[in-house]
Amino acid sequence: MKIPLSYNLRNLAVRRTTTIMTAFGIGLTVAVLAASMSLTAGLREAFRASGHPLQLILMREGSGAELSSQVSRESFNEVIRYRPGIAKLKSGEPAASLELVNTINLPSKESPDGMNLTNRGILPEGVAMREDFTMVRGRWFEFGKREVVVGSDVASRYPDAGLGRTIRFGRGEWLVVGVFDTPFPARKSEVIGDANQMLQDFQRGSLFSSVLVRAEDEVAMQALTNSLSAEQRLQLDVLTEREYYERQSSSGNLIQYVGTFVAIIMAVGSMFAAMNTMYAAVARRSKEIGTLRVLGFSRRSILTSFFIESMILAVLGGVAGLLLVLPLNGLTTGIGADATFAEIAFQLRVTPEVALTSMIFALIVGAAGGLLPAFGAARKQILTALRDM
Amino acid sequence: MRFLPLIFKNALRNRRRSFLTISSLALSICLLGVLTALYAALFHSSPPPGQELRLVTRHKVSITNVMPTWYKERIRAVPGVKEVIIWQWFGGWYKTEERDRQYFFPRMAAEADRLFAVYPEWEIPEDQKRAFQADQTGCIVGADLAKAQGFKIGDRINIRGSFFPVNLELTVRGIYHSPHESDSLWFQFKYLEQGFESLGWPNFAGTFTMLAESPEAIPGIIRAVDAMFANAEAPTKTETEYAFGLSFLAFLGNVKMILLSICGAVTFTILLVAANTMAMSVRERVREVGVLKTLGFTQEKILGILLGESMAISLIGAGIGLVMAQGLCVMLRQAPPIVQQTKTLTIEPAVLAILIGVSLLLGVASCIVPAWSAARTSILDALRFTD
Repeated sequence: MKIPLSYNLRNLAVRRTTTIMTAFGIGLTVAVLAASMSLTAGLREAFRASGHPLQLILMREGSGAELSSQVSRESFNEVIRYRPGIAKLKSGEPAASLELVNTINLPSKESPDGMNLTNRGILPEGVAMREDFTMVRGRWFEFGKREVVVGSDVASRYPDAGLGRTIRFGRGEWLVVGVFDTPFPARKSEVIGDANQMLQDFQRGSLFSSVLVRAEDEVAMQALTNSLSAEQRLQLDVLTEREYYERQSSSGNLIQYVGTFVAIIMAVGSMFAAMNTMYAAVARRSKEIGTLRVLGFSRRSILTSFFIESMILAVLGGVAGLLLVLPLNGLTTGIGADATFAEIAFQLRVTPEVALTSMIFALIVGAAGGLLPAFGAARKQILTALRDM
Repeated sequence: MRFLPLIFKNALRNRRRSFLTISSLALSICLLGVLTALYAALFHSSPPPGQELRLVTRHKVSITNVMPTWYKERIRAVPGVKEVIIWQWFGGWYKTEERDRQYFFPRMAAEADRLFAVYPEWEIPEDQKRAFQADQTGCIVGADLAKAQGFKIGDRINIRGSFFPVNLELTVRGIYHSPHESDSLWFQFKYLEQGFESLGWPNFAGTFTMLAESPEAIPGIIRAVDAMFANAEAPTKTETEYAFGLSFLAFLGNVKMILLSICGAVTFTILLVAANTMAMSVRERVREVGVLKTLGFTQEKILGILLGESMAISLIGAGIGLVMAQGLCVMLRQAPPIVQQTKTLTIEPAVLAILIGVSLLLGVASCIVPAWSAARTSILDALRFTD
C-alpha cells in the first residue's frame, strides 16, 4: 500500500523554512549550471544558424579564419568565379562574392575602451547574395563612397555606430547610412562597406580575404568542394558556411567547462545539505514512522515515501533555479570569437534542452541526498521508533 | 572561554549532521577560495619582478593589425625608453592542424640581437645565446616548453604558417629559464622578414616590446608613444606587458562579472546550508535551553554558546575547505595557461583572511535568528516546548 503523496506535501509545508532553504540551495546550484549552459547554447545557436545551407567559404589553406586568409582578385576572376555549379544571381552573374575582412575597434556600451568588430568589404555580388538582409533603417551603402551599413546588434550596442553617425577606422571617417537585420545572428555584428574603398584604407593591394560561393544544389556543392580543394593554382580550404561558423563557437567552451565544474562542486555541497534536511525529517518523524508501520504500511512504502519527499524538494529547487535564470533568456551579450579577434553579439538561450538537463541535475542531487535517509527511515524498528522522543 | 568544552560537545552531539554540514561548507568554501584566488590573481595582482618595466605597443585595434617597422626608431627616442624590439606573434601549426592542446605553445619572432636586453631576467648560457643570434633559422625555447615537448639543443622544429603563409624550419639553439614564463618559442624576426619579402609583402611589425628605465617613466612613455601615433596610419595602444597579457581575457566575455556572480551564488548557498542546519539543531534544543536557564545561565551566555557552536562549525568547514582550495590551486597551475597569472595561483594571505572573515560572519548570520529566539524564550515555554 502506498503512502499518499499529500502526506509528503503537507510535511514539506509544515516545515516551510527548512523546505524553502534546502530547495533554494539546490536552486542556486541549478542556476549556475543553467546559466553557463544557456550561454553556450546561445552562442552555438548564433553560429549554427548563421550558415546558408548551400554556401561555401573559400580561404587560403591553413588560415583557419577569414581574417587571416588572403585571396587575390586575379585568382578569383580567373579560377573561381566562372566555375560550373555556381548558382546564378538575378543579374545573371555567378553567385560568388570576393570579400575583405578586417577588425576595427569601437567603444561599446559595455567596454568604453573599445571592443573589436568585424568589418567586411564587399562588391556588388556580395550585396546581391545577401538577400536575407532587410534594411530596418536607412539604405544600403553606395559603391565608390565612404559609407557603411551596420548590423542591428552593432547599432544597439555601439552608441557611436548609430544611423547618421560617422565612425573612424582605416584611414578616415565612414558614414553609417543604414542598419540591417538578418536572421543569421553572426552577421548582425558586422560593419559592411565597399571593398574597393577598404582595400585602399587597409593597404591590401589587391589581396582580399575570402570568397563566398553559392552552389546550385547539394550535388553541385559537393562537386565544387572537391574541385576547388584540389585546385593546385589556389591552395584553398573549402568549408561549408555552417562548418565555418560552428568552429567559431568553441570560444564558449571554457565558460561551459568552468560553469559545469563549479556546478558539480556546488551540487555535492547541496546534496549534503539535502541529506541533512532529510535526516532531520526522518529523525523528527520517528514516532510517525512507527505509527505508519503499525497501521500496516510496509518498509518499502516508507522508503518510497521519504525518497519521493526528497525528490519533491529537488523539483522545487530545480524550478527555483530555472526561474532564477529565466530572466537571462534573450539577454544580449558579446564574446570574442577566438579566430577573428572580433566580438560577436549573441543572446543567452534557456532552451528546453538546458531546462531539461538542469531538472535532471536537480533530481540527481535530490536522489543522492534522499536515498540514505529514506533507507534509515525504512529500517527503523516499530518499537524503538514509537518509543523515540 | 569556560564554555569551550560545552560548545564542542554540542557540536559533536549529532555527528552525522555536523559531518554533513562541515562537508557541505568545506566544499563551498573550497570553491569560493579558488574563485577568489583567481579573481585576486587576475585583477588585484602586480607584475612579477622582471616584468614590471616592460611595455608593449600594438595597433589600437588588435595584434592582428600591423604597424610599420619605422615606428621602432621613433619609440626608441621617447625619453625613458631603454630598449625596444620588434616582436611578432607567429602562431602557425606544429605537427597537426587540429586545435590540439598538446602541440599548442606560443611561437614568436623577435629581433635576436636585442631580445635579451629587453628580457634581462632570462637565464641562458652565453654560448647558446650567441649560437641563436648567429643562426638566422635558429630558435630558443623556454625550459618548461623544452620539458613538455622534449626539445633538445640541435633539434629541428618545423612550423607551418597559418596567419602568415610562411613555413619555418627552425633549429633549437638554446633553452632559457625565466621566473614567470618559460613555455614559448622565439625565432629570428629576420627569418620571418625574408618570408615576407618572398611573398612581396611590405615590412611590418605586430608589436613593439620595450624596456623602461624606471617604473616612474612608464606612464610618461605610454602617453608619449600613443600621442605620437594618434593621427598616423596605424594608431597605437601602449600598455604594460602585464596588462597586455590580461587583455586576452576580454575575449572570454565579462570575466570579472562572471566570477563575481558565481562567488555570490556560492556564498549565498553556504549561508542557506549553514542557517538550515543551525536552525534545526537549535530547535531540537529549546528544552535544554530552558534547563540551562533554570541553572542560572543568562540570555547572553546562552546566545554566546549557540553562536560559538555555529562559528566553530563554520571555522572547521572553512579550514578544510581552504586546504582543499590550495590543493585545487596547485592543480590549476598545471592546466594549460590562458594567462600567465594562473601559473602561480595560490591562496594569498589576504584572500585567506577574507575567507576566514566571511566564514565567521556566515557562522553568526546563519545562527543569529534561531539562537536569539531560543535565548529569549521564557523558561516555562522552553521547558514545555515539544518539537
